[in-house]
Amino acid sequence: MPYNRALHRFAMFTAGTTFCLLIAGALVTSNDAGLSVPDWPTSFGSIYKIPHMVGGVRFEHTHRMIAEFVGLLTIILAIWTWRVETRRWMKALAVGALGTVIAQGVLGGLTVLFYLPPAISSAHAALAQTFFCIAVAIAVFTGLRWVEEVPEVELDSRRPNLITLTLFSIFVLYVQLILGAMFRHHGMSWWPHVVNAPVVALVLTWTAVRALAVYAKIEAVRRPAIALLGLLITQLCLGFVAFLTRVAWGRDAVQPELPMVLSTVAHVAVGALLLATAVVLAIQVWRHVPVSFAARVPGRAGSPVAA
Amino acid sequence: MNKRTWIALAGLLCLGLGMLAGCSKKEDATPAATPEATQPAAPAATPIDPATVASVSGTVKLDGAVPKVAKIDMSQDAACKGTNTAETIVADGGNMANVFVYVKDGLGTRTFDVPTAAVTIDQQGCKYHPHVLGVMTGQNIEIKNDDPTTHNIHPTPADNREWNESQPPQAAPITKSFAREEIMLPVKCNQHPWMRMYINVVKSPFYAVTGPDGKYTIAGLPPGTYTIAFVQEKLGEQTQQVTLAAKDSKTVDQSFKQQ
Repeated sequence: MPYNRALHRFAMFTAGTTFCLLIAGALVTSNDAGLSVPDWPTSFGSIYKIPHMVGGVRFEHTHRMIAEFVGLLTIILAIWTWRVETRRWMKALAVGALGTVIAQGVLGGLTVLFYLPPAISSAHAALAQTFFCIAVAIAVFTGLRWVEEVPEVELDSRRPNLITLTLFSIFVLYVQLILGAMFRHHGMSWWPHVVNAPVVALVLTWTAVRALAVYAKIEAVRRPAIALLGLLITQLCLGFVAFLTRVAWGRDAVQPELPMVLSTVAHVAVGALLLATAVVLAIQVWRHVPVSFAARVPGRAGSPVAA
Repeated sequence: MNKRTWIALAGLLCLGLGMLAGCSKKEDATPAATPEATQPAAPAATPIDPATVASVSGTVKLDGAVPKVAKIDMSQDAACKGTNTAETIVADGGNMANVFVYVKDGLGTRTFDVPTAAVTIDQQGCKYHPHVLGVMTGQNIEIKNDDPTTHNIHPTPADNREWNESQPPQAAPITKSFAREEIMLPVKCNQHPWMRMYINVVKSPFYAVTGPDGKYTIAGLPPGTYTIAFVQEKLGEQTQQVTLAAKDSKTVDQSFKQQ
């Protein structure tokens, strides 16, 4: 399929808007505004009227409006991709994105109707970042480099191989995301999230260092690996500040205070970027650094790679 | 796209819309202004001889330095013009206001008539008045909004049914009740996150909330030995035992230590 510049830009725009939606959602949680609009799918009984945007309503209703816009973008993206794409798996991915955004909307509604149960609210938070990763992946797969360039390939025969490390990074990030979401939504104490943070840091550092030490000359691998390290350091600092403002200093606050809101929202946003970067790294490693046949079939070391 | 794909997409859309409709029906099914529970008829109240009733009164104090009162920032809604101080611990001169005092134990199997008069919660200056309220199980609570802005009233009980309703300015009062006993049941407004109050739901009429001078009085008690509980939203519960003879009037003071 030839490179479709308009589709790629639209996919990038959808991913960018989804990132804004994540920030809007994090603002709702940090400002404890999730139930300021008590009904759903209507807002104060209306589908289209914009309520008086004061107090918690401005966070909750803004979140709903951006979510509707992202839903619309995803419908367009899915139809467009279905019509122009020749890669079957891309069509499936676009339909998967549409299914995810519908499920996300339903979860958002359920969490309002059931008064923010931690399990549903945390599932809403986790699925939000999953959808963001899908949107970013679509943007990668529709990009010029992915579509038209012949990939530079280097076989990986190390143990554990890099693709395993990147998938493990995504797994630990996901666990961390769920632990963080459960804490934010009052379903769990803070300590599992904090205790898991060094594990995440270790796995991500191992992955990024391996990618940079062995495959730095492959730009598509080098760039997300560097971004992963940079975002990891930023995220650890933000996590520390968020802990201070929310757990240590903000425990008895009579209302959400600005330092707590800013630090926790930034922590959620950088966490989403970290997860998306890990997904991009995994995609690029899968393309550029495939596992060698010898490594895939133990006991066949030294034998020629079969066609 | 081929025909089958269009049918699949249409089916997906119908499924989503069906789920939305189902969820909104659930919301609509909740009555907006009716007392909570349809309970079985209450047994007749156990008679109390008015000639023998006793009373207990006292003062609740805070031991140690009175904490600095936290400020509330109401700037996110220009319609909020209330006093901008928090009511977490109110202890003017060491006398603690907003402590819920009730007979926790000693009434045995006695039952009591539920008052027909409703108690009122008023939202004024983007604060709840009163900050701590006592009410009997099944007794109506009338919630008014005297502010020029919309509030939502959202109790977060542990043992009663949770609900969340918005109330625009000049809207009709919302009437609710709680079916089960629950102490320090938080009520909050998600539109104005500093707005918080506590409802205490008990089975007997023997309760009081301390005033700004820290004083309380519980009258009309039949003679007996009782456990009096003092509950403060942040400092928790403390209890004392008291034995009341006929026509007794005893003083039971209590003090809380700052944590």
